[in-house]
Amino acid sequence: MTELDLFSMLFALMLATFVGFYVIQNVSRLLHTPLMSLTNAISAIAIVGSLIIAGEEKTVFGTVLGAVAVFASFTNIVSGFLITDRMLKMFREKEPRA
Amino acid sequence: MIELLTKLSYLGAATLFIFSLRWLNRPKTARNGVRAGVAGMALAMLGTLLHPEIVNFTWVALALVAGTVVGVPLSRVPLTAVPQRTAISHAFGGLAAGLVGTAKYSIWLGEGELTAFRTGAIVVEVILGFLTFTGSLMAAGKLQEVIPTRPITYRGQNAVNLGLLGIALLAGVWVVLDPTRWQLFPVIVGLSLLFGVLLIIPIGGADMPTVISLLNSYAGLSAVAMGFVLENQLLIIAGALDGSSGFILSVIMCRAMNRSFTNVLFGAFGQVQAKAVAGETKPVKSASPQDAADYLINAQRVVLVPGYGMAVAQAQHRVREIYDELSKRGIDVKFAIHPVAGRMPGHMNVLLAEAKIPYEALAEMDEINPELPQTDVCVVVGANDVVNPAARSDKSSPIYGMPIIDADKARVVLANKRSMNPGFAGIDNALYTADNTLMVFGDAKAVLGDIAAALRAENEGKAAA
Repeated sequence: MTELDLFSMLFALMLATFVGFYVIQNVSRLLHTPLMSLTNAISAIAIVGSLIIAGEEKTVFGTVLGAVAVFASFTNIVSGFLITDRMLKMFREKEPRA
Repeated sequence: MIELLTKLSYLGAATLFIFSLRWLNRPKTARNGVRAGVAGMALAMLGTLLHPEIVNFTWVALALVAGTVVGVPLSRVPLTAVPQRTAISHAFGGLAAGLVGTAKYSIWLGEGELTAFRTGAIVVEVILGFLTFTGSLMAAGKLQEVIPTRPITYRGQNAVNLGLLGIALLAGVWVVLDPTRWQLFPVIVGLSLLFGVLLIIPIGGADMPTVISLLNSYAGLSAVAMGFVLENQLLIIAGALDGSSGFILSVIMCRAMNRSFTNVLFGAFGQVQAKAVAGETKPVKSASPQDAADYLINAQRVVLVPGYGMAVAQAQHRVREIYDELSKRGIDVKFAIHPVAGRMPGHMNVLLAEAKIPYEALAEMDEINPELPQTDVCVVVGANDVVNPAARSDKSSPIYGMPIIDADKARVVLANKRSMNPGFAGIDNALYTADNTLMVFGDAKAVLGDIAAALRAENEGKAAA
């Protein structure tokens, strides 16, 4: 890897950490449980790395590990988004009193 | 051309992920946040599958089907089990990172492509990934109570744990200096798996909200490390968002218990069982559900303090009935939510939302405390340490300094408990013997049901009159 690549990755890390701190501090405490399941689903973006390893067929060992990683990540994606939505549906406002 | 499309899809996905978290800031826009997250994920996966290096889709398809088959039931667990599900998903995140790191090492080793930088990033990814994997499984086991929730400690525990991690790191440095020394790799994997288990063993059930948040952070960081290995900025960004979220939640949890990270990780809380003060027991005043209903009817402001005990007794729907009956009479009812009520950050809010209690009635500790001195009746259900006045006044108490809900400042306190046994942390609670406290003994679901029935009878009588 060239030095430029390494530094552009470090910049991405630094900026994303700041954005993360800023955005997440604004999340209402009401929603901290859905927050955790949502960020969990999002960090299952690790699936993009797993997909390539499982599909490029370089070695049997690599393919098997990659496939298990795809399974683990996709489980998190499916269950993470579904349960977040399920919980958020429950948060309702006070019905206007007649 | 295809590479450009892939990169554009990653850029779009990163943007959508940030919007996703941005929209989660309040309940009204939160569901759009989920939609943005799903869109980002779909975009990134499609962009990846375009990749010409992917030649065989059989394994990929099988893994996606298996992931769906396991993922859908995991999303339908009861809400009391959400902390366990969350811990399991941290475990899966860690596992994916550990496996990808291991696969990359073996592939690059065969191709002779291992550089010191790549090896270093892989070592970090593998250590973080595998320790998150076993640590989260242990946490899930403790939450599900298949593993004893009490802390398991022995002499020299911290030295052993840190020693193991130190050996793993040393092996990691060695492998970076000489990437072809593959024999060290299984040692690193094994020690990380073992360290994850040993890290969680001494941590008690009461600290699970902090531990879950911390493991959340580790899972995010292992995704960041994977991003450095694969030179993929989307992974770095999404991992950093997850990592910072977990970190913020851990800080909130630690503050809510007045403890430091080191204290949570190495302190073995719950071990400091307060010596039960024998003798000198103050008399306890008790009341029947009917008495409790009478107090509530004559109140103008009522605050309910729910704890995990309420959820265990499945009493949240009874609580909602009481809320409804009192609201019908124009009585102001609020719920005081301590940050560590429940077993993960925000857990109590979700449990009450499921019982259809509108979220405007849920108040944070800091916002409700100034109102408690003007509150007529404070009802404590299944909460204990978070309303223990010893945290304010008794320097010898293990929970001294912990921020609490000032339930004792209300004019009348109605506390429901099964019996006078001390709570989870085994600490005596002076609230129960205070002059303005009435104990309503019995199972929470039964007692609250009786109170709700008494209130309903009163309301119907009033309507008939």
